[in-house]
Amino acid sequence: MKVLVPVKRVIDYNVKVRVKPDQTGVDLANVKMSMNPFDEIATEEAVRLKEKGVVTEVVVVSIGPAQAQETIRTALAMGADRGILITSDTDVEPLAVAKLLKAVIAEESPSLVIMGKQSIDGDNNAVGQMLAALLDWPQATFASKIEVSGDSASVTREIDGGLQTLSVSLPAVITADLRLNEPRYASLPNIMKAKKKEIAMKTAADYGVDVSAKLKVLKVTEPPKRAGGIKVADAAELVMKLKTEAGVL
Amino acid sequence: MAVLVIADHDNTIVRDTTAKTITAAMSLSPDVDVLVCGSGAQAAADAAGKLAGVRKVLLAESDALGHQLAEAVTDVVFALAPGYDAILTPATSSGKNFSPRIAAKLDVNQITDVIEVVSADTFVRPIYAGNALETVQSSDAKKVITIRPTAFKPVGDGGSAAVEKVGGGTAGAREATFVSEEVVKSDRPELAGAKIVVSGGRALGSAEEFHKVIEPLADKLGAAVGASRAAVDAGYAPNDYQVGQTGKVVAPDLYIAIGISGAIQHLAGMKDSKVIVAINKDADAPIFQVADYGIVGDYKVVVPELMTALG
Ligand SMILES: Cc1cc2nc3c(=O)[nH]c(=O)nc-3n(C[C@H](O)[C@H](O)[C@H](O)COP(=O)(O)OP(=O)(O)OC[C@H]3O[C@@H](n4cnc5c(N)ncnc54)[C@H](O)[C@@H]3O)c2cc1C
Ligand SMILES: Nc1ncnc2c1ncn2[C@@H]1O[C@H](COP(=O)(O)O)[C@@H](O)[C@H]1O
Repeated sequence: MKVLVPVKRVIDYNVKVRVKPDQTGVDLANVKMSMNPFDEIATEEAVRLKEKGVVTEVVVVSIGPAQAQETIRTALAMGADRGILITSDTDVEPLAVAKLLKAVIAEESPSLVIMGKQSIDGDNNAVGQMLAALLDWPQATFASKIEVSGDSASVTREIDGGLQTLSVSLPAVITADLRLNEPRYASLPNIMKAKKKEIAMKTAADYGVDVSAKLKVLKVTEPPKRAGGIKVADAAELVMKLKTEAGVL
Repeated sequence: MAVLVIADHDNTIVRDTTAKTITAAMSLSPDVDVLVCGSGAQAAADAAGKLAGVRKVLLAESDALGHQLAEAVTDVVFALAPGYDAILTPATSSGKNFSPRIAAKLDVNQITDVIEVVSADTFVRPIYAGNALETVQSSDAKKVITIRPTAFKPVGDGGSAAVEKVGGGTAGAREATFVSEEVVKSDRPELAGAKIVVSGGRALGSAEEFHKVIEPLADKLGAAVGASRAAVDAGYAPNDYQVGQTGKVVAPDLYIAIGISGAIQHLAGMKDSKVIVAINKDADAPIFQVADYGIVGDYKVVVPELMTALG
């Protein structure tokens, strides 16, 4: 069975984000970009399923600028088989991403989509659920454990208050949470091998999907800064200040 | 213009997150209905009707809805959607699960995690782990929005809305079925709405230590317990204790961070707290940059002293 893993190129999670003075967005010039961390987890899970013999092919797809090829190569070096890059120079909104993924799925017919729960730039937490809706497939979001058997998957999900286990019939969309696995680092030989793997180059127009923005960003601003605090000597002073100065005890 | 608020509830009571989302809804329109999707949820529906300003309560019940399965909730809401211009859901893990599915069915984008309603089509939301705020204007005919509850005050009681039953909520039951749930019932306040939160980080080193140090302090303060991702990943605390960009967002009156460094992903979940206290042995830990009161020291010494000082 085939698994599709959508991966997004985002600002590296370690980078301190700076808002541009003209309020048009955040400064992405010369900052380190990486694969969205949740998508690394999704890729890892797909590759593990392949190593277990449950899955025969792992296809990764990214929608983004030409440099998103590097993101796809990272996934290929982790063990994915081939990639599809749909280039777009403008930011593609979650609904349009879901529509493009649906179009890819119409061509590829995977039995399972494993993707991240959230991109750490837009913090949307939307594409997986949207894709499931457009396909009319069941969804299992925020997965911390996936077991595939036959034509269904048992998925344990992180929910408020604890964990929930669902059984979803395949095909289905599963989104990865942090505790699903710990992604591997690609070995040098695998990085070399990945260079030879195929990446198909496409554009949104190839799929006939309208990617024009429906949400207009009026401005991007810095959040209010917290005023600096003080250091106190010990617990007794802390309790005193919390009672008298802060009034929270 | 009418607004539908999808309630966060446990079949018996409606959570505070619902009352806060109603406040956001009221700034869009005075005509606010609340939908309760559940199973055996009449009590929750009655409770929703008592919230101030609610026009009417819609109650949909089925087994699948009892577990808030996204396919089933979407089925109910899709049928009701023609009557509404906006559909608001509190951004809880359950709301985050089903709301984008509803949006896609309606062929609109979701506006995630709204912290301010500027006008009927313009909203402010955090991006990049809260390091930037984006003001977006939506040209979609219907607005599907998740609301960050900590950014809004709850409406009070005093309503007397009638409860009306609605159908649906079975689609998808065939494809996604509930198997089991491990939900820990605790006497402590719920993390998302607590007045005081005590959180522990990687420094705690073990689940036993987390138990022994963080929980008694929380209980003394009547606080909820939170944790950093590192503490959750290491198994010191359950997953739903995680505070941060990809966990829970909290804004209590008092947040006490113990042995937490203050990574941006953690700060994203707590930096809107009224007062922040940090206990960390590293004077340069970034958590001190957001803390109102910091104690540089070993938690093994400071927390027992704090227990004593609290009496
Ligand atoms: C995609 C992604 C999402 C993430 N989402 C989240 C999230 O939602 N929430 C979250 O919290 N993190 C999140 N993280 C992880 C985050 O980047 C940090 O790794 C994490 O918050 C660190 O946890 P910590 O502060 O407990 O551990 P550390 O950074 O290791 O800090 C431990 C602190 O304890 C102090 N310490 C050690 N011993 C003692 C002692 N005896 N007494 C007092 N202090 C002591 C140290 O000085 C140090 O500052 C995410 C990361 C990624 C990549
Ligand atoms: N441009 C993109 N290209 C490929 N996958 C994407 C893209 N945007 C989002 N995704 C996938 O959708 C998930 C959720 O993203 P989001 O809804 O934007 O938070 C991500 O973790 C990715 O797996």
